[in-house]
Amino acid sequence: MTLAWLIAIPLGGAVLAWLAGGFAGPWPRLIALAALALDLALALSLCWNHPLSLALPGNDSWLMRLDLPWIPRFGISLLLAVDGLSLILVLLTLVLGLVSVAASWTEIRARVGFFHFNLLATLAGVIGVFLALDLFLFFFFWEVMLIPMYFLIGIWGHENRVYSTLKFFIFTQASGLLMLLSIVALALVHQRQSGVLSFSYFDLLGTSLAPDSALLLMLGFFLAFAVKLPMVPFHTWLPDAHTDAPSAGSVILAGVLLKSGAYGLLRFITPLFPEAAAQFTPVVMALAVIGILYGGLVAFAQSDFKRLVAYTSISHMGFVLLGVFAWNELALQGVVVQIIAHGLSTGALFIIAGALQERLHTRELARMGGGIWSLAPRLSAVGLFFALASLGLPGLANFIGEFLVLAGAYQTSAGVTAVAAAGLVVAAIYALWLVQQAFHGVAPQGLALADLDAREMTVLGVMIGLVVWLGVNPQPVLNLAAPALDGLQQLANI
Amino acid sequence: MTATDFLALSPWLALTAAVLVVLLVVAIHRDHRTTTALAVIGLVASLLLVPLAAGSAPRTVTALFSIDGYALFFLVLVVLAALAVSVLAFGYCNGCEGRYEELYLLLLASTLGAAVLVASRHFASLLLGLELLSVALFALVAYPVHQKRPLEAGVKYFILAGVATAFLIFGMALVYAQLGALDFPAVAAQLTASALAGQPYLAAGVALIVAGLAFKLSLVPFHLWTPDVFEGAPAPITAFLATVSKGAVMVLLLRFLLGSGAHGSANTLTALALVGIVSMLVGNLLALMQRNLKRLLAYSSIAHMGYLLVPLTAGGEFAIETVAYYLAAYFIMTLGAFGAITIYSAPANAGELDDLEAYRGLFWQRPWLAGVFTAMLLALAGMPLTAGFVAKFYLFTAGADARLWALLGALIIGSALGLFYYLRVVVVMAGTPRQQEAPPKSILAGNVTLAALTILLLALGLYPAPLLDLIRHTSLGVLP
Repeated sequence: MTLAWLIAIPLGGAVLAWLAGGFAGPWPRLIALAALALDLALALSLCWNHPLSLALPGNDSWLMRLDLPWIPRFGISLLLAVDGLSLILVLLTLVLGLVSVAASWTEIRARVGFFHFNLLATLAGVIGVFLALDLFLFFFFWEVMLIPMYFLIGIWGHENRVYSTLKFFIFTQASGLLMLLSIVALALVHQRQSGVLSFSYFDLLGTSLAPDSALLLMLGFFLAFAVKLPMVPFHTWLPDAHTDAPSAGSVILAGVLLKSGAYGLLRFITPLFPEAAAQFTPVVMALAVIGILYGGLVAFAQSDFKRLVAYTSISHMGFVLLGVFAWNELALQGVVVQIIAHGLSTGALFIIAGALQERLHTRELARMGGGIWSLAPRLSAVGLFFALASLGLPGLANFIGEFLVLAGAYQTSAGVTAVAAAGLVVAAIYALWLVQQAFHGVAPQGLALADLDAREMTVLGVMIGLVVWLGVNPQPVLNLAAPALDGLQQLANI
Repeated sequence: MTATDFLALSPWLALTAAVLVVLLVVAIHRDHRTTTALAVIGLVASLLLVPLAAGSAPRTVTALFSIDGYALFFLVLVVLAALAVSVLAFGYCNGCEGRYEELYLLLLASTLGAAVLVASRHFASLLLGLELLSVALFALVAYPVHQKRPLEAGVKYFILAGVATAFLIFGMALVYAQLGALDFPAVAAQLTASALAGQPYLAAGVALIVAGLAFKLSLVPFHLWTPDVFEGAPAPITAFLATVSKGAVMVLLLRFLLGSGAHGSANTLTALALVGIVSMLVGNLLALMQRNLKRLLAYSSIAHMGYLLVPLTAGGEFAIETVAYYLAAYFIMTLGAFGAITIYSAPANAGELDDLEAYRGLFWQRPWLAGVFTAMLLALAGMPLTAGFVAKFYLFTAGADARLWALLGALIIGSALGLFYYLRVVVVMAGTPRQQEAPPKSILAGNVTLAALTILLLALGLYPAPLLDLIRHTSLGVLP
């Protein structure tokens, strides 16, 4: 039942926060913080109670499983399970959830209760995605998390919010329907073979498919995940949605929602369709490399702080895509680290962008005019730190992720890896460009700017600590993920 | 007819009795409250008699009716919808000028027509039910005669429905001329794919019948009346038109087509698939640009009827289940959506609030109403947590099982288009209110109806298993 609680606590917190919106004071924010902290404690207790590196007899990498009947007519059940991979993603979700509540403490002033309802409901949906192993239930959460996100951007967003939120929703929904079609078709094929209609991941693994239909079914899944990731050329919703979302929305979107695409690729594509995925690998690797370079180059051309960071996400997620399809131990470990590192560093950059916008009422780098360093040294230093993290400075988390992915991909294709490594150079260009434009130079006359306050410093300090810790000592995370990654690789080798 | 026959027919007889009682009472004592109460009592009585009738089902009563589980399921659905519409109409009309008592009389008569349709197994009962349904609806659409829009809508509906009925009757005549039979089983026995191919008059007859029914379902290309009539009719009546009238005809089409060999003919299947694809695309595309909510929902209902052609083309036992679940979900969400418009507009002295701009900022002025409306729109878009999602899942399963990839492709494109216009309404409701106005008084009965619909919507979305079992049980033996 612990797994059900992991989803239920944020959901209950969401409802309470909405109700508390009617009272004066910071009640919705406090309730949201409390619910997420409780959930985080619960998730951490799972880590503690299951010493993973030891408890590895046999192939079963699952720590905990919950199976309740739901819609017996279709063989659908409430099947939740957690392994190291899911647990890492759940932890990341909860940390970033806490961060985004704290980051929007002063930014969000209107309809505070409803805001926190949507924030927590999104998080509950995402946790559901990471835990669900009934494909119908997975799709259910996959869609459910979109609705509150849609409201977050549509109500509290910036100038173009209506356009952006609609674009985001339609892109993800339309690709999601293709996945639903694939899920249903896969279950029906499995039913013809075994006589049992089931949507359980464990049952559907190892369904033998004709090569053509396997490729088509895989494409249905792949498109949904590729749009969410996002992979070039399905990325166009992302810069708009990120730019117009409130800070908390951007953090959740970049830090957590994109990761659901990466998680889907890891969990479903190769394990369910090993041959088709292998056949499709060259295409995806090419697209991944294009994404890495294209995202970086376009980021360099942006004049809007948040838009620039959004394009860097496309570049970083290209590494994730590359690692997933390289599909060996090193690359997969790199993917896991890259997922966490990108969530933290990009999330922090969005918080800084939000802080700047709150103070200067602009996201345009040109209108910031540079020179912020002399006025707000703490803010600028933190900005520099995360820009460096983003460009992959050794000693910080992103470096570990990108290095492992490249090392793994080299075993698959040296040529692709060589081109992808050029992405690191591009990253240095856009990251330093961002720092130079925003923070350096001479401050305009009469510009007053408050530096980061204690709350903001605490939030960003925690994120700095995590990025450094992961950069210096990534082994505990790799240990946590290892059994799950081994399990996935064994599935694909059958 | 034996006593058991009467027992099996008792829910239908209760409706008939309710029509007569309301007719007499209105003639003697004209009172809005009393009439509504009587109509509600009649509908509830019919519902209470269903378990009694179910005891003797399945049973063929005279040559006209087949009282089976499926008929009873849809009787319950139709009567519940009529109940919701009556309650909504009471709040909508209460406090308006004019006399509204006959509205309930017509509503009951129309409901009886729909109830006859879902149980009919003969061309005579088909025509009887369809005309009872339609003739009462002409008057209902044009009920506020002193207003221009309803009158125009009534006349338009009347003329076009008349033409459609002419198609239908001519089709029946052609089929009868060729086969010499009027009841569905006898027609079905002779109506094979080879008979259709060999006898052009027979094929023409079947095509005319399907066209006549497609008009009622507002499938493209027989949809032209829909937006105007939906817009012109009073909101509760539009809800009735969109649900009861379409649902009953869909059930009839299913019984007629799936029971006969006509469904085995490749031409029929191609035609059905084509009409389905075009309906989904045209309905959703035309809805994109609507600024009037009732017109928007009219186009969306065209698309939803197109979606229902997926199971109808697929055929088989599973299709019957799919249609039953989808219609149940469609009834709830459509009634809910029009119910929200009705309550927001009531009392509708000075016309209705159906322009999109009137809904700007509704979230912050009447949060509950806007929340319910949003839930209904998301359900129509097929989002999870609601019955609409399970309904869409059913469609996908039915289509994928029969490998109807073209239809499913159109379904996906249509759903993506649908999201755009449903969500646009939600965005407008979440916007900043134009002016601060005091919330108008809301009517308790209407609110209760809307709350019940919302609970049903969520319950069927989160835990559909009991209804699925019921549907599976009732849809056994519909196909010969």
